[in-house]
Amino acid sequence: MNHLFALVDCNTFYASCEKIFRPDLDDQPVLVLSNNDGCIISRDRVAKTLNIPELVPFFQVKARVEQLGCHVFSSNYELYGDISARVMAALAPYAAALEVYSIDEAFLQVRAKDYQAHGTAIKDMLWRDVRMPVCVGMAPTKTLAKLANRAAKKIPRLNGVCVLDTPQKWEWLLARIPTKEIWGIGSRLSERLKMLNIHNALQLARAEKKWLRKKFSVVLERTISELNGHPCLDLDLEPAPRKEIVCTRSFSYKITRLDELQQAIASYASRACEKLRMQQGLTQNIWVYLESFDRQVGYFNRQVVKALPHLSNDTRQISQVGQQAIAELYQPGLRYKKCGIGLLDVRTQTYEQVDLFNPQQTERSRALMTVMDNINHRYGKQTVQLAGAGIEPKWSMRREYMSPRYTTRWSDIPVVKC
Amino acid sequence: MNSQLIAQAGVFARKLLPLQLEKVSAGFPSPAQDYIEKTLDLNELCVRHPSATFYVRAAGDSMRGVGIFPGDVLVVDKSLAARHGDIVIAIVDGEFTVKELALKPRPALLARNPSYPPIRLEAESQVEIFGVVTHAIRDFRANK
Repeated sequence: MNHLFALVDCNTFYASCEKIFRPDLDDQPVLVLSNNDGCIISRDRVAKTLNIPELVPFFQVKARVEQLGCHVFSSNYELYGDISARVMAALAPYAAALEVYSIDEAFLQVRAKDYQAHGTAIKDMLWRDVRMPVCVGMAPTKTLAKLANRAAKKIPRLNGVCVLDTPQKWEWLLARIPTKEIWGIGSRLSERLKMLNIHNALQLARAEKKWLRKKFSVVLERTISELNGHPCLDLDLEPAPRKEIVCTRSFSYKITRLDELQQAIASYASRACEKLRMQQGLTQNIWVYLESFDRQVGYFNRQVVKALPHLSNDTRQISQVGQQAIAELYQPGLRYKKCGIGLLDVRTQTYEQVDLFNPQQTERSRALMTVMDNINHRYGKQTVQLAGAGIEPKWSMRREYMSPRYTTRWSDIPVVKC
Repeated sequence: MNSQLIAQAGVFARKLLPLQLEKVSAGFPSPAQDYIEKTLDLNELCVRHPSATFYVRAAGDSMRGVGIFPGDVLVVDKSLAARHGDIVIAIVDGEFTVKELALKPRPALLARNPSYPPIRLEAESQVEIFGVVTHAIRDFRANK
């Protein structure tokens, strides 16, 4: 076999990140909450054995969770982002090519004499270098590699590595997998397949794919080929720059005052603009959104799109437009719970047309933004920001159980006893 | 407070230097121009494996003998296999500790301060080596 696809997936990623610098929690149940401490979004291996459900509102299970002795953390995205970057960088030498699929998953194209040994080497290396537990699934196609990874997670005797390199091996697994668990097949499609007497992945693999293509789609036909070991999907090596950058958040409490909303929108604008500049983008259209929930008035949301005089990535300009827009959307006397800003129709700087008749973003503004990004990159987020975003604002996210930013702030690095 | 930091740190110095030299091109070219490659970066000296390198702060005085003092920043490389005589971060009873790893005559974690006894490593003891300490960084002006 020429090469295989490997899917490396971190086990309970957020919870595992929280455990890296807390060896005292190795055998303790750990939970991670979503933004604003809303829901449980990650449970470690120990917490799973306690039957604590995922994606439930935290307040509903808080008493039970405390009684069971669970360690609860607010989401610490600075830490997770840094650990993710380390995992991806550490994987690179083990792959001919690598696609970062999500914060905690990567597809690799691998060539090895002994794939089982190669998978085990990857798993051991990530534990040694980053203290991150992972599972590795390998197969001739991405769809099968996904299923191999799932098997590596669920079948203990595989020790976290599953290689499906012969039809016998993958057919054994496919017969045990319901169709809805195949990559790209949702529950609605699997219901329709059931009516055709296709219940598991092996039945789908053996189905008449030309006929199913007519009845459903070319995507399903591709999935069937992939289930038979014929690759149709290649690594997505350079994800297309995003056409829209949106930043919306809920507040930790209901906001009633316009100046606080304007602070919030300025701060989201500066986050969105940083992302925009990171992908060398420019925007001219800005979407602003405001949502309230008030017992008397009920649910209400309003939005507006504003145009800039020219393409720009200047935080000051975009934030100012955002603040004007929010003032237009604002109605006094309501309680607001969420707002957001979206940069629409993002272009790449290199394609920007030189327009002699219309004004453009000045060199000075570009230089200032570069300096701002450099400083914030070097000294940590929000070292330099617009005064309009507020200093330690009241409305920002609730993060009652936040762990230190161990790897991204000098003030937060772990203290070790000598 | 933060603006002071920026002014002192010379963020721009590194980038400005080559620019200034190019400006003299109107006159006699700088004889140094061809020799500018890059400035020295401490990371090159201290960080061999960036994705496996972490920083921790030392507390306590059991490692005075090798020159690790409270407040020092330790550079920890997790990718290295620990050898006899290495300074390591070990996990003992769920807690991080800095010690010297001895494999001979018997496996043990040694303090470098006579007032701390060695920790014997028996076959059944639950000790994990977190990483190898490769460098210590001390701010000689801190706490003065």
